[in-house]
Amino acid sequence: MKELFKKNKDTLITLGIVTGAYIVIEILLKAGALSSLFKGLLVPLCAYIILAVSLNLTVGILGELSLGHAGFMCIGAFTSAFFSKITVGVINPGWLRFVFAILIGFFFAGLFGFLIGMPVLRLKGDYLAIVTLAFGEIIKNIINVLYIGRDSKGLHFSIKDSVSLGLEEDGQMLINGAQGITGTPKDSTFTAGFILIMITLVIILNFIKSREGRAVMAIRDNVIAAESVGINVTKYKLLAFSLSAALAGVAGVLYSHNLNSLMATTKNFGYNMSIMILVFVVLGGIGSIRGSVISAIILTLLPELLRGLSTYRMLIYAIVLIAMMLFNWAPSARAFRERMVAKLPFFKKKSAEKEV
Amino acid sequence: MRKLGKLTGVVLSAVMAVSMLAGCGSQAKSGAFKIGAIGPFTGDAAIYGLAVKNGADIAIKEINEAGGINGFKIEYNSQDDELDNEKSVNAYNALKDWGMQILVGSTTSGCSIAVSAESSADNMFQLTPSGSAKDCIATPNAFQVCFNDPNQGIASAQYIGSNKLASKVAVIYNSSDPYSNGIYEKFAKEAANQPFEIVSAEAFTSDSKSDFSVQLQKAKENGAELVFLPIYYSEASLILTQSASAGYGFKFFGCDGLDGILGVDNFDKSLAEGVMLLTPFAADATDEKTQSFVKKYQEAYGEIPNQFAADAYDAIYIIKAAIEAANATPDMSVSDLCEAMKVQMGKISVDGLTGLSMTWDEEGAVNKAPKAMEIKNGEYALIQN
Repeated sequence: MKELFKKNKDTLITLGIVTGAYIVIEILLKAGALSSLFKGLLVPLCAYIILAVSLNLTVGILGELSLGHAGFMCIGAFTSAFFSKITVGVINPGWLRFVFAILIGFFFAGLFGFLIGMPVLRLKGDYLAIVTLAFGEIIKNIINVLYIGRDSKGLHFSIKDSVSLGLEEDGQMLINGAQGITGTPKDSTFTAGFILIMITLVIILNFIKSREGRAVMAIRDNVIAAESVGINVTKYKLLAFSLSAALAGVAGVLYSHNLNSLMATTKNFGYNMSIMILVFVVLGGIGSIRGSVISAIILTLLPELLRGLSTYRMLIYAIVLIAMMLFNWAPSARAFRERMVAKLPFFKKKSAEKEV
Repeated sequence: MRKLGKLTGVVLSAVMAVSMLAGCGSQAKSGAFKIGAIGPFTGDAAIYGLAVKNGADIAIKEINEAGGINGFKIEYNSQDDELDNEKSVNAYNALKDWGMQILVGSTTSGCSIAVSAESSADNMFQLTPSGSAKDCIATPNAFQVCFNDPNQGIASAQYIGSNKLASKVAVIYNSSDPYSNGIYEKFAKEAANQPFEIVSAEAFTSDSKSDFSVQLQKAKENGAELVFLPIYYSEASLILTQSASAGYGFKFFGCDGLDGILGVDNFDKSLAEGVMLLTPFAADATDEKTQSFVKKYQEAYGEIPNQFAADAYDAIYIIKAAIEAANATPDMSVSDLCEAMKVQMGKISVDGLTGLSMTWDEEGAVNKAPKAMEIKNGEYALIQN
């Protein structure tokens, strides 16, 4: 038992921090001490944490640059919202429907990750980044021309416009092109988000430690060496990439079931979002799961906290982002921090112990 | 070493969480109605959001100077949503923390729909100045100032049909824009009942909106006399220019999105000569109300107001009328206020910049006469009929 604890100390610390944060927030929620803005941000925060952590699997562990993460999120969001929209009132209770929705988002995003990964993972570095970027845009654009309606005769599909669906008078639009899906049941809750974060963390942290994870990291560090010891490079790359995509799909499910009106715009599922997620990962530290969680929280809250600055806030946000990047990762800033820490008695022993 | 980075992160987020908490809990009774507005103040659609913000601001200043609503002043706050549904909900929550009782927003359809899901849970009175999709008013607490898209499409088809403007009509619309789609769909449906036929319907998307030669050529090949443009003015100005340089000689007909076409930089105004549009507001209308509003807007912001600003201006006066009719006071709860105003919305009739004697149906859609304008001598002129 003790051995097990020791082995998984780092994982347990991460999970402990997240659980602690959840309990604190739940207490504050019960006490009614949280502002509406913060309450409204809880579910998106969970979604962004999952996104950042899952992208870290591709960027940090697999060592490939992906700019299509929002595309996978988009797939998860739309497939699950579509499912929930047609089964609302059919599958009861709501939580059961939401569980199915999560599984559907996970499956479809993972499937697309697998399909796109097969040809794409033969590419490396910049090439992979460009192809994934294009993939994300394709997904967004396809959803923007997709029309699906339902009436007594069944489902109707079109990629032209809603008129050509030829719906009956009482027909219902399910996906209405650029107007997306309206009326997704609001199933996402903070608790569901927390549980999904925990599951994501357990999956990823264990994956990293597992035989497969070590193989993936070996590929990252040196492909030729990994191949020479008999690691199936394509298989492990695909595994990590699909898993990362599937978890992004779960984040999409959480996102879509928090909003009544889901549209695929450049803002939420375009390359802007993909780059935003990459920023979370880079700021938190490539390969550091705990760092991803923290930076996702900070960078999601920051623009909301700066609302007081009205129109200047996006400018200030960008400046703060630059400052944080420099403080965290510039060599001189790191050296400065090291000197500062060395002066503090509390950290002296530990920092000497754990020098990276 | 990495430990400190993490520690800083934890401390920072703790500080943030505390500072967020500090903002709330100030639901003190003040003797003023708190009205909030939401719109995109940054990014591509900033022109619409800022117009709404400023238009509402002018109306609120006027009302406050004249003694307020039933003697109570109005306090005003506006929040940016960056044209993102999720951010719009954040903006709504931020305004709620501020103590908002009545919402003017959101400016755009998608955001408005997302926010109405939240506002209906709180039962807060919501009046969107310019969210024109039908779903914007799906909840009982939400109302519209502008025409909804289906109505614009139907009105346009009827106007073209009853005035016999053309027998063959082409449509060019933006398939990635809900506004444009919404109008086009109803236009196509209504066209079946009208004495003209749609000979071509060509779409473009927001990613490819610079070259319209293919769409125009198709329209010409199919013998269209009139091109219906349910789109915004920036793309329409390109279509007019490209059509003129190819010498097609179409008539053009548009909706309220075309309002503003005369203000496009480097656009030859003579090309817009004879373009007809159905729009509720024109900045150069000669009535006293419009002129005073345009003058005030220009003094304050140095621009000629567009239809969005006028819608927001009207929104504030509609709220005023509803509150006065309900004899409501600011110390009522948000939900009570909404219930009281909802009842009155079905009864009141408001004269505004965007229409005379506006009334609302049970669903929350506005009922007002559309105005047809024609561009003559480089100005919008009302078509009398």
